[in-house]
Amino acid sequence: MNELLQTYPEEVKQILAKYPAEYKRSAVMPLLYLAQRKEGYVPRQALEDIAEILEITPTEVASIVGFYTLYYDQPAGRYRIQVCTDLPCALRGADRFLEELCQRLGIREGETTPDGLFTVEAVKCLAACHRAPVFQVQGDGEIEYHENQTVELTLAWMEQVREKVRAEKEAQS
Amino acid sequence: MSQYILLRHREIPNLDQLDVYLKHGGFEALKKVVTQMQPADVVNEVKASGLRGRGGAGFPTGVKWSFLPNNIWPHYVVCNADESEPGTFKDREILESNPFQLLEGLMIASYAVQANVAYIYLRGEFWQIAHQLDEKIAELEKAGLLGDNLFGTAYSLRIYTHLGAGAYICGEETALLESLEGKLGQPRLRPPFPAVYGLYGKPTVVNNVETLANLPPILENGAQWYRRFGTEKSPGMKIFCLSGNVNRPGNYELPLGTTFRELIYTHGGGIPEGRKVKAILPAGASSAIIAVNDDTILDTPMDYESVAAIGSQLGSASVIVADETVNMAWLVARTVNFFKHESCGKCTPCREGTFWMNRIAQRMMAGKATESDVDLLETVANQIAGKCLCALGEFSVMAVQTGIGQFRVDFLNQVKQTAPATQGD
Ligand code: FES
Repeated sequence: MNELLQTYPEEVKQILAKYPAEYKRSAVMPLLYLAQRKEGYVPRQALEDIAEILEITPTEVASIVGFYTLYYDQPAGRYRIQVCTDLPCALRGADRFLEELCQRLGIREGETTPDGLFTVEAVKCLAACHRAPVFQVQGDGEIEYHENQTVELTLAWMEQVREKVRAEKEAQS
Repeated sequence: MSQYILLRHREIPNLDQLDVYLKHGGFEALKKVVTQMQPADVVNEVKASGLRGRGGAGFPTGVKWSFLPNNIWPHYVVCNADESEPGTFKDREILESNPFQLLEGLMIASYAVQANVAYIYLRGEFWQIAHQLDEKIAELEKAGLLGDNLFGTAYSLRIYTHLGAGAYICGEETALLESLEGKLGQPRLRPPFPAVYGLYGKPTVVNNVETLANLPPILENGAQWYRRFGTEKSPGMKIFCLSGNVNRPGNYELPLGTTFRELIYTHGGGIPEGRKVKAILPAGASSAIIAVNDDTILDTPMDYESVAAIGSQLGSASVIVADETVNMAWLVARTVNFFKHESCGKCTPCREGTFWMNRIAQRMMAGKATESDVDLLETVANQIAGKCLCALGEFSVMAVQTGIGQFRVDFLNQVKQTAPATQGD
């Protein structure tokens, strides 16, 4: 049984409707985003599911995951904080921002906070160079920009997220 | 007269709302085009306006459209919203704040080449923007401004968004098409060009966001009106993205041919603490670096011809400013690292070349390089140049060659000051 199709029947249908029926392979990228929505990475089973829907091989689907940086084949923190350290941002203090943020969190770039909530990574230009330091947050199937940052602002936002997650957990139990 | 033809939302609040956009003349141009003009007339008007592609290449838009053969169908139009060149953030502002002008422009372009389906390919990071656009598209369909039989004519059009997933190379138009087809974003060998063999092997126009946003005002006011802005060979307004060591970084919509000095000092508020400009990268990380060792360089007009005349290129007009405190070896190392990360791996000179350039540059920054590494870096760059499948590889050497060529002292200082102390680890 195709798990992806079962979980998101409407979404899959809408995605496929965007492309000519004979070129449905075009749907591989949106379907991968869908597959990644829940866990923050593409589980193995999803490769098979997508391959089946599009009538291509799981290897072909996996090659897309490998090529594009916004897809992941491994779990990480629920929220990936991706700080731009490309040239324009670096000229406006992005390196210092990233370093200090990591220091305050007691982790290194690429690592995840002990509570498993945040992974901090350096990334390339996000088209927000005039508002450096800047990072995007990838998590819960969404991407959100945080611009004109200071370490204090970022830490305060992280605290808000922690509280939100705590409240979620309490509501569940 | 209004200051803006592209960033009009800066003067008109809530221009991203359909009723506001309509109140300010929205979709008048499209209506005129679809009900009163033949597709060929639209192509000719845009040719006459002299509009050149705003994504970087600067190729005349109307001419690009005219390459589509009329015996192969369907035709497609793809809007390139993959904005990823370091230092570029203009398309994002249009997409976020003046989305209907982009959509109207995309519709005009689609009518001009008689495409019934258009795609907007956005970089994956523009997730929120893509969702907003989907809503705008649905709104247009509901209002009868998009869909079947537009304005009671036989012309029909559908627009779909498609999100990339973090690959700079997809800004290159053939890589973008591959990606849209669900494949790895790797450039195609050309010819054939997309105008003949594009999306799904069909004739395709790929136009940048800013290019398309120019179309409604051009079609509404005419080619001659548009030519009043800018220079003879580079007509029109341009959004300059100003970043780096300036007091007021941001987007500035100015006529092509505005000088660097006016952009940096009048609009950008000059350099922090009154420092001097050391270098300018006018086309993002892909630039040949302009050394500002002579103050008059700042009086160069920013149009395609004048910037080429001083040995660089205007590209997408992503003006990165480095002041006198910047170590150019560091700057070059940063651009090299970008290209190494973004090389798609298809052709060997780029894949291996950017890898080695990065390795040498990082060795320099880690204080483990010697003087001969400066020459080695230059040699590797020279060997990449002219041998790559697409522009990415060619661009990757620009900053290296022009950086070492004009600021060799910085490189020598970099290897000298650190080499002895940290050698051997
Ligand atoms: S360089 Fe950081 S957003 Fe462009």
